[in-house]
Amino acid sequence: MKSFVFRKKAMNILMIGLTGLCTLMTGAILFFFLGYLVSRGASSLNWAFFTKLPAPVGEIGGGMANAIVGSGKVLLLATLIGVPIGFLGGVYLNEYAGATMAFVIRYATDLLNGVPSIVIGIVVYALVVHPMGHFSTFAGGVALGIMMIPISVRSTEEFLHAVPMSLREAAIALGASKWKAIVTVIIPAAIRGIVTGTMLDFARVAGETAPLLFTALGNQFWSPGWNHETATLPFVVYTYALSAYQDWHRQAWAAGFVLLMLVLGINVTARLILSRGSYRPSGGA
Amino acid sequence: MVTSTGMISMEITDPATRTREAPKASAGAVGPKLRVSGLNFYYGKKQALFDVDLDVPANRITGLIGPSGCGKSTFLRTLNRMYETVQHGRAEGRLELDGENLMELDAISVRRRVGMVFQKSNPFPKSIFDNVAFGLRVNGLARRGTLHEAVERSLRRAALWDEVKDLLHASAYKLSGGQQQRLCIARALAVDPEVLLLDEPCSALDPIATAKIEELLFDLKKQCTVVLVTHNMQQAARVADVTGFFLLGRLIEFNTTEVIFKTPARRETEDYITGRFG
Repeated sequence: MKSFVFRKKAMNILMIGLTGLCTLMTGAILFFFLGYLVSRGASSLNWAFFTKLPAPVGEIGGGMANAIVGSGKVLLLATLIGVPIGFLGGVYLNEYAGATMAFVIRYATDLLNGVPSIVIGIVVYALVVHPMGHFSTFAGGVALGIMMIPISVRSTEEFLHAVPMSLREAAIALGASKWKAIVTVIIPAAIRGIVTGTMLDFARVAGETAPLLFTALGNQFWSPGWNHETATLPFVVYTYALSAYQDWHRQAWAAGFVLLMLVLGINVTARLILSRGSYRPSGGA
Repeated sequence: MVTSTGMISMEITDPATRTREAPKASAGAVGPKLRVSGLNFYYGKKQALFDVDLDVPANRITGLIGPSGCGKSTFLRTLNRMYETVQHGRAEGRLELDGENLMELDAISVRRRVGMVFQKSNPFPKSIFDNVAFGLRVNGLARRGTLHEAVERSLRRAALWDEVKDLLHASAYKLSGGQQQRLCIARALAVDPEVLLLDEPCSALDPIATAKIEELLFDLKKQCTVVLVTHNMQQAARVADVTGFFLLGRLIEFNTTEVIFKTPARRETEDYITGRFG
């Protein structure tokens, strides 16, 4: 009996220790990553990194202005493609789709979300790059835009779903048609959440590399317009890190650091917006 | 607005005196505000209302009482066709609003004419002003320059103006629960409904807030017809002119409030009123 109690207690302590240790490791890994990137990347950052083009092979210095602008353009295009489709699709899914239809759409978006990003890259290569005959900012934007759709659909749906039934009823009972209730009450009540979801979606594709290998490729120079291959930050990290040059390694770290800061910044901002309250059901005495 | 000729005998009395010479509600008065006959309601295969006949007298407060799940809220939701927002909800029978077949009218125009206030106050996450103006705006009734007046008038009718006149552009959620419920009443009144349906509007409120709303209802019936679903029998006894008792989806008895509470004809009503069950 005594040994049974002892075993129970020992097991309890062991389990607390084990789960606690793993939790600690999770946090530690994140902070190690952050610390390592800061130590390697931040020190390599300088003004030239943001303003200059890459230096020719063999020369020290230069920057990644073209990759920063390139990433910006690709992501802008991706947002313009992915967010309207995802948002309106999410509105349809939550507000209009019948049970069967909703199941099919949800399942399809989940599958699309699970498609490996490199596969999306290949498909866009076949459908956009190949017919056009060259890599382009446009193709990169299309690939990342497609990747943004499923999360945008689902997060829009989730946040609309969280708007209480009572608000819909109030609007309908006042003689609002369904679409008017959606536009004037339901979407405004959910808009903070939807914006937050979109930002997180944006942050997720900002670091995608694989689809860009087949679509935007890379460029050592400025990429005018939307119709030429362009450098992007993730692509630069990939090529520079694999190169043989010490200075390129340094620049890859810096690019990785900038990318991480961008994603972290968006994440933190998104959480802040959300914590200010999406829909807050009354207080009231 | 069509006046109900059949109700002329019951002139509007001062709320303070509140004589209850209300009609024999089911006694075939000509032209009640709302006339319901042979109403059956189904949620899918489950029947929730059985053959309900009821005439709602104009400019009176009609109270509906009964235990939870007896169908009184479902009944209320057929009167402005809110049930249509529920999947598989289906109503059969005849519903007339001023003699017009309510089922054949456009649902949106029905809801403009028959306003509704819900159990839990549900102001929009907007300013107090925008809450009240909502109905006017979506119905295209907001005229430049007169919108502010219309909002003020509605808030006055809901006895809320003095409390909120300096914070019209503050969030509706800044108000207390009772104030929020009166805001919802103001919002419903803004489009000048002919009938106001209230679904247990005081069930989440304290006695003081409840008293304010009851007082308000007395004033409201001068301008519109009120149907009040309540869980609280004292409330029905206090404010209703005529009262209907629902049990298991059937309208058991419908008469003046005095008769229902003092000399009910049916055994079930008496049992419920005296608290023997329910």
